[in-house]
Amino acid sequence: MDLRFTPEETAFRDEARTFFRTEIPAEIRKKVSEGRGLSRDDMVTSQRIMNARGWAVPHWPKEWGGKDWTPIQRYIYTEEMLLAAVPLPLQFNCYMVGPVIAAFGNQAQKEKHLARIANLDEWWCQGFSEPGAGSDLASLKTKAVREGEHYIVNGQKTWTTLGQHADWIFCLVRTDPAAKKQAGISFILIDMKTPGITVRPIITLEGRHEVNEVFFDNVKVPVENLVGEENKGWDYAKFLLANERTGIARIGLSKERLARIKRLAREMPAGDGTMWDDAAFRERLAEVEIELKALEITQMRVVAAQGKRDSSKPDPASSILKIKGSQLQQATTELLLEVAGPFALAAPVRSGDLTNDWPFDYDWADASAASYFNNRKVSIYGGSNEIQKNIIAKAVLGL
Amino acid sequence: MDFDLSPEQSQLKDGVDRLIASSYGSLEARQKLAKEPLGFSKAGWARFAEMGLLGIPFSEEEGGFGGGPVETLLVMEALGRGLALEPYLATVVLGGGAVRLGGSAQMKERVIPGIVEGTARLALAFTEKQSRYDLFDVVATARKTAEGYVLEGAKSVVIHGDSAHHLVVSARTAGRRRDHDGISLFLVPADAEGVKIHGYPTQDGGRAAEVAFSGVIVPAEAMIGDEGGGLPILERVAEFAIAALASEAVGVMDALHALTVDYLKTRQQFGGPIAQFQVLQHRAVDMLIAVEQARSMAAYAAMMVDHTDAAERAAALSAVKVQVNRSCRLVGQEAVQLHGGIGMTMEYLGAHYFKRLTMIESLFGDTTHHLRRVSAAGGLAA
Ligand SMILES: Cc1cc2nc3c(=O)[nH]c(=O)nc-3n(C[C@H](O)[C@H](O)[C@H](O)COP(=O)(O)OP(=O)(O)OC[C@H]3O[C@@H](n4cnc5c(N)ncnc54)[C@H](O)[C@@H]3O)c2cc1C
Repeated sequence: MDLRFTPEETAFRDEARTFFRTEIPAEIRKKVSEGRGLSRDDMVTSQRIMNARGWAVPHWPKEWGGKDWTPIQRYIYTEEMLLAAVPLPLQFNCYMVGPVIAAFGNQAQKEKHLARIANLDEWWCQGFSEPGAGSDLASLKTKAVREGEHYIVNGQKTWTTLGQHADWIFCLVRTDPAAKKQAGISFILIDMKTPGITVRPIITLEGRHEVNEVFFDNVKVPVENLVGEENKGWDYAKFLLANERTGIARIGLSKERLARIKRLAREMPAGDGTMWDDAAFRERLAEVEIELKALEITQMRVVAAQGKRDSSKPDPASSILKIKGSQLQQATTELLLEVAGPFALAAPVRSGDLTNDWPFDYDWADASAASYFNNRKVSIYGGSNEIQKNIIAKAVLGL
Repeated sequence: MDFDLSPEQSQLKDGVDRLIASSYGSLEARQKLAKEPLGFSKAGWARFAEMGLLGIPFSEEEGGFGGGPVETLLVMEALGRGLALEPYLATVVLGGGAVRLGGSAQMKERVIPGIVEGTARLALAFTEKQSRYDLFDVVATARKTAEGYVLEGAKSVVIHGDSAHHLVVSARTAGRRRDHDGISLFLVPADAEGVKIHGYPTQDGGRAAEVAFSGVIVPAEAMIGDEGGGLPILERVAEFAIAALASEAVGVMDALHALTVDYLKTRQQFGGPIAQFQVLQHRAVDMLIAVEQARSMAAYAAMMVDHTDAAERAAALSAVKVQVNRSCRLVGQEAVQLHGGIGMTMEYLGAHYFKRLTMIESLFGDTTHHLRRVSAAGGLAA
């Protein structure tokens, strides 16, 4: 056992560190660091810079632009990106639909989409959840009925993150109403410009437009947009969710936020000095930092084991990473809120625009409560923490 | 010992509950009111006055109705339940409190009737960019001149500062930044020359303002209390504020907990209501315990806010804030979690309750601030 990086791994880390910090525009990284919303352009700019270097989709198969990286290298890559407050490449593209098409799509689908997905020439969103199907995803009702060369899709998806920017949506739809739950579901690709699709914004707690409802009213989808086999969609979704869990703990993000909190605490006046002079505050921060260190090592253990197991199945250990990682992300926003103190009351009036007139000395404080509010989502989406615990209880403990 | 309400108190409670329910029957109604120019409805404020709510803490001689902490508790709890936007805390408890506790007879005569009738709104300008929660940390100055005083400085996050007619302002007439002596309070017309008010929305749907004073001249009669003796008044006001906020928080939590329990019973997943999962039942029980702990502390606050021993009183009110803050955090976070995605949206009333609870935590001292005060006092008196 040796927890240290090899010289090659260290060299790779330095390379990644330099790349992310010098090539991705500072204004974009500042917005990420402050927890402000990114524009569509910000996301596109950042991902294209990465893709130009071949770094948007390193985990994909090599022939579609992937790299032959070890799990450790991929881990270093993600962590360095988060530490530099670089926005992750669009998750729906790079970690969800891309890998599914690469693994289960036909040649025409791969040629049509993969390069564009990697370069964010196509923006994708995820149409899984429905009003009646959240944790119980398999109860989804949106149906696709085959009529000649088309599927006719009717129903509703919800919580569709950044669907307002999307060119395409990948959906789980019911193609066999007679089959039991998981069995009658298919995975299809739908062009968002198809007639019959309506997108309605949902404003989240912090006041931003991050999610949407998507309605399908007799939407005609060519059958060639079916991925893999009809009624096998659930298997592809499971594969996708296994992919989604990579880097789910967001260690680098929490580390970056803690570093920022330390910086802000040193500037924030309190008593005769600053917040940082307060031992109790430092202790609370240290507690979070310590747990984060433990989780970091846990994550490295999971990563090291990754090369040795069947990667098509989710690793129940990733549920540990999701639970603890989300709790720590939330804990860091609580510390941030504490530093902002009375000034957290002010609502963000500039939502991502850093040039507005703002009367505060603490020009970051208005985003602190927004971060706290917004981060409540991390224990809800991608399988809530309660569901993750159910998974561990069943799959690990055999309860 | 008697926790029951008197007939008059029950009547007040029913009245104010009805009033709030009629103005804030739905989230849409609240959102509409929040968009009014002042951030609340002028007509709603007038109804508060009609019902006599604005005169509660003032004595009959002062033109009020001579209510006590229990009456304030009842009103604040109702305001919390409705997530009311009116500047009740700012005008009646904070600004009005300072005038009531420290104002001269002439000032009371001049200001209180307006408050009670609903024609005068006040705000308390005390937080500065370096002060955090320390009331005595004051840099703004008031220099004595032949005409009175000249105010210089700036105040931050002044709640309802942009709709107030008068600001109660803390400023140094002597001493250095963190001295306890040398702070004076002034009643300053919001439209006085040299006062600059920059209003903005707050996270919980309310309003606040940054206020700057440059060369603002006020007469000597504008002083509340004695020169240099402002801090004890400010501290008393903060105690009343904590008592009021505790009750408001109980109203908010009560409503949010009820919404959550209701949601557990109605939301269907895995072939039945999610209340079927025992882990969620227990979480709802933990929330209930937190609400009840807070409710008890709100009652304790009402009991202790007029306690004569100042040190015991201060420690008690700090203890109240600690417990209430903790309950706010737990109830707010758990409510969102148990709702799943729907708890994350502005379209859902529960989310607004969560945001208000979060902001109540940071008003008049966060948990750390008050825990430290209780600890410095050697704990609570038996
Ligand atoms: C900000 C945000 C972005 C999202 N983005 C997307 C997206 O882009 N695409 C997409 O398809 N979906 C998305 N989602 C949806 C997300 O995956 C769901 O919110 C999640 O699966 C939970 O479902 P739900 O919201 O319906 O909650 P519910 O399933 O109704 O859960 C409510 C509560 O019950 C608990 N619960 C449910 N079942 C059990 C059980 N068996 N045992 C114990 N407790 C249980 C839950 O943990 C939760 O606390 C997003 C959600 C959010 C909040």
